[in-house]
Amino acid sequence: MRIALFVTCLADTLFPEAAKATVRLLERLGHEVVFPQDQTCCGQMHINTGYPDDALRLVRRHVRTFAPYDVVVAPSASCVGSVRHQHALVARRAGDERLASQAEEIARRTYELSELLVDVLGLTDLDAYYPHRVTYHPTCHSLRMIRVGDKPLRLLRAVRGLDLVELPQAEQCCGFGGTFALKNADTSTAMLADKMRHVLATKADVCTAGDASCLMHIGGGLARLRTGVRTVHLAEILANTEPAPAPAGRAQRKTDGVPA
Amino acid sequence: MPTTAPRGVGHLRGDEPFPVAARRSLADAQLRRNLGHATSTIRAKSAAVIDEVPDWQELREAGSAIKADTMARLPELLQQLETAVVAAGGTVHWAVDAVEANRIVTDLVTATGTDRVMKVKSMATQEIGLNEALEAAGIEPVETDLAELIVQLGRDKPSHILVPAIHRNRAEIREIFLREMPGVDPSLTDEPAILAAAARRHLRRTFLSTRVAISGANFAVAETGALAVVESEGNGRMCLTLPDTLITVMGIEKVIPTWADLEVFLQLLPRASTGERMNPYTSMWTGVTPGDGPQDFHLVLLDNGRSAVLADEVGRQALHCIRCSACLNVCPVYERTGGHAYGSVYPGPIGAVLSPQLTGVEDNASLPYASSLCGACFDACPVKIDIPSILVHLRAEHVTAYRSEHRLPSAEAVTMAAAAYTMDHLPMYEAAQRGSRLARFAGRRGRGLPPPLSGWTVGRDLPQPPPQTFREWWTQR
Ligand code: SF4
Repeated sequence: MRIALFVTCLADTLFPEAAKATVRLLERLGHEVVFPQDQTCCGQMHINTGYPDDALRLVRRHVRTFAPYDVVVAPSASCVGSVRHQHALVARRAGDERLASQAEEIARRTYELSELLVDVLGLTDLDAYYPHRVTYHPTCHSLRMIRVGDKPLRLLRAVRGLDLVELPQAEQCCGFGGTFALKNADTSTAMLADKMRHVLATKADVCTAGDASCLMHIGGGLARLRTGVRTVHLAEILANTEPAPAPAGRAQRKTDGVPA
Repeated sequence: MPTTAPRGVGHLRGDEPFPVAARRSLADAQLRRNLGHATSTIRAKSAAVIDEVPDWQELREAGSAIKADTMARLPELLQQLETAVVAAGGTVHWAVDAVEANRIVTDLVTATGTDRVMKVKSMATQEIGLNEALEAAGIEPVETDLAELIVQLGRDKPSHILVPAIHRNRAEIREIFLREMPGVDPSLTDEPAILAAAARRHLRRTFLSTRVAISGANFAVAETGALAVVESEGNGRMCLTLPDTLITVMGIEKVIPTWADLEVFLQLLPRASTGERMNPYTSMWTGVTPGDGPQDFHLVLLDNGRSAVLADEVGRQALHCIRCSACLNVCPVYERTGGHAYGSVYPGPIGAVLSPQLTGVEDNASLPYASSLCGACFDACPVKIDIPSILVHLRAEHVTAYRSEHRLPSAEAVTMAAAAYTMDHLPMYEAAQRGSRLARFAGRRGRGLPPPLSGWTVGRDLPQPPPQTFREWWTQR
């Protein structure tokens, strides 16, 4: 299958390993991945912060960039959620009905990674190998905005060597929320503290999720505490195979702020 | 253009922005323990009884549909309600805002010659600050709901729609009773049953000697003129049946078309709110019945900004709210900050969308941002109000309002416009990506970002940009 990668601006700029893993994984499964170079950002930050008019140009760009493709995948539930639930709204708000229906068209063909794997490709066992103790944080947007349900867990359960441990109060928000983490930094930090407490209680080596943004938030907190627990995107775990094993958090870079 | 709730009266506006008020609550360990315990208990209870109902999702759909229909023909239904109430022997008053409502109620009470009224807990009367208005007129209002009484005696503010004293534990309540309750037994312990018994003795005197009561209403049936109050302590029923005069203050959105519609809400409300299968007391009354119950009945229909909410196609949904408080109990922000941080009698997710709409978004500008948009409130709401979408909508409203009031754009608006422009121009976008990497060499450690980004590094480290972006990797592979 020919699959267009919607890399998302965050993964492109700060977490390329998650995107590279998505490419490796899909190619390993025998699919052709294309990367439409014109893409930049879906505009979610603008929309959620109150700037739908600024987001309009990004919606236009996104629609223009992805119109030619039948299947689009993104390693981010939150950006898929924006494409699915916000793009048409932004277009309608600007009175552009044509753009709105084009956006709806693209939304129908856009999948989050676990949706593509399970629903479109019909796979749960990807022949992946990851010999580590892992806990999964279902991000709010994967859980409630696009409703991926237990698809990521089904994929993780099929990974050989992986010891999956349940995260207490998994469904509670980690406190990121885009600009919420800036505008309500204290509340966000209090939410993060509880999330980290639960992650640490699992004694997992790795916390995974389908959203780089939440992992950046949780990972940033864990790094500040110097817990040794790493955050790794779901795609990186699934891309891993036995002939080419990777250590826990191979993709994890040292973060600034941790005294050397 | 319909007007919003007036300033200087009632309790819809806070004194300080949400992040400032929240910081204080976050520092109060006792408060956070009380809240965490109470909300998780009620969440679990509610989830269990909702699980028992096989058609819960259909019920939610039905509730949402009835409300949408009601809002679509609100003026017509209110007129029908008025006709029915008058036909049943009641009197209907229309109050455009808090000032007018307070005046109507105060005049009605004064006319009876009494100087004390009893009250069943009512969000609408708190919204308009009726107790303060009555006190100013020399009338003593006595709250009869246990939690509301605790708040009143403690000279405190309610912090939850349903459990106004959720932020208090029983040791604190004992203190308040000992200090404020006339004639209380000094050997009082903090056993819940003992505390309740003390409140009961205290309230009984009021019930038996007060001739005027003031209530809110959970529902009003347009078809028959029947009003309904649901509660769990029985104090409401005392207020609704014992006095000579009953005055009900009700937000205009509380009307429902037919008696049959009650069936849906009386199933949704108790399970979503207190986690009960059925609320212990459901009281309904229609006008006056000679020789039985209050002989003088007044219904005050309160607008106070609701018409303005109704005029907004996206925000209108907030008027569907049946005040069950399920959204508060699941909200991770509310759980940590408590209700006072919201500055309005309507806290939590529904407060974050309702208060700014009632007052005009500029008077509550920080509230639409007091959410991480996690969506838990939407899933919990028994009438399916899409609170996250309204929050996002109100943020855009706020930005628009700011733009029209200020000659210069805000720093944030400049940043946002620049970011959107950059992201829409590929060479600039790629240059910005390279720039983010430069920061690495510029010696800027993750902890020391400049404002407004400094908030991020309060409790988290920023990741270091990777040596290569994805698109660089892609072109080289
Ligand atoms: S918004 Fe929904 S969940 Fe929140 S109080 Fe109102 S009815 Fe209940």
